[in-house]
Amino acid sequence: MTADLLAPVHLLDAWRARFEDLTVELAGRHDLAITLAPSTAALAVRVAPGAAAVAEVALGVPLPTRPLAWEPTLRGQSLHLGPDEWLVTDVAATSAAAWEAVTRPALAAVGAAASDVSAQYADLRLQGRAARELLSFGCALDLRPASFGPRTCARTLLGQSGVLLVGHDDGEFQLLVRTSFAGYVAAWLLDAAEEYR
Amino acid sequence: MQLIPCPWCGPREQTEFHYGGQADVAYPDDPAALTDEQWAHFVFFRDNPKGPFAERWFHSAGCRTWFRAVRDTRTYAFLPGSSA
Repeated sequence: MTADLLAPVHLLDAWRARFEDLTVELAGRHDLAITLAPSTAALAVRVAPGAAAVAEVALGVPLPTRPLAWEPTLRGQSLHLGPDEWLVTDVAATSAAAWEAVTRPALAAVGAAASDVSAQYADLRLQGRAARELLSFGCALDLRPASFGPRTCARTLLGQSGVLLVGHDDGEFQLLVRTSFAGYVAAWLLDAAEEYR
Repeated sequence: MQLIPCPWCGPREQTEFHYGGQADVAYPDDPAALTDEQWAHFVFFRDNPKGPFAERWFHSAGCRTWFRAVRDTRTYAFLPGSSA
């Protein structure tokens, strides 16, 4: 058995069947689906104040300047997490370590830094009209489209766990959870969905 | 729950923040020249006003930055526009 025979398994793979059962059970009554998205290569990018425009060129992907905004890139996402912090993902990168090795010196030249954080997050997707209400059971943000619309992202608390909440164009919510809290958040989502069962 | 105005994220719940004590406590220009008493005053002694108080806050669950805000210690209300 060699390593290349191993297929990547989602961190929450053990929860997959329970999420699928939930969707099937609610079908016709509540519009809610919780799915697992494969993890992607991700870089945490820290940029000195005022250097975002040059870092953008060095990095080759846009860095949105508006607070709590994100933009799709050619092969992933670019999320603005803090005044000097972005998370850049790439679904097509085969080796995050190689990507980091290329990006790091290019960014260092303009006073920015990049770190490979591919293993940091588990990616969950919530679709359907009930998704917003389900999240609001444990999240204090105003998640209505007027204040948390598409292309918005925010780090906040869901239940007891910190999460990165990302709004998509089609009303889908992407939930990026630190790996050590992923089990908790999966259990929390299923518990919150008991309301609808 | 009390909302705290983060200058970057906007108003967020108090549980997302950590308190950082009094703001504007300047580090001594020449720490070695201080007597033990003066050093103790710098390290441990803080104002305790009844009224507006400038404080440091850390938005640990959000944008993870420190900011300064003025809070009225009688009412817990943050003074509008004081976060920076």
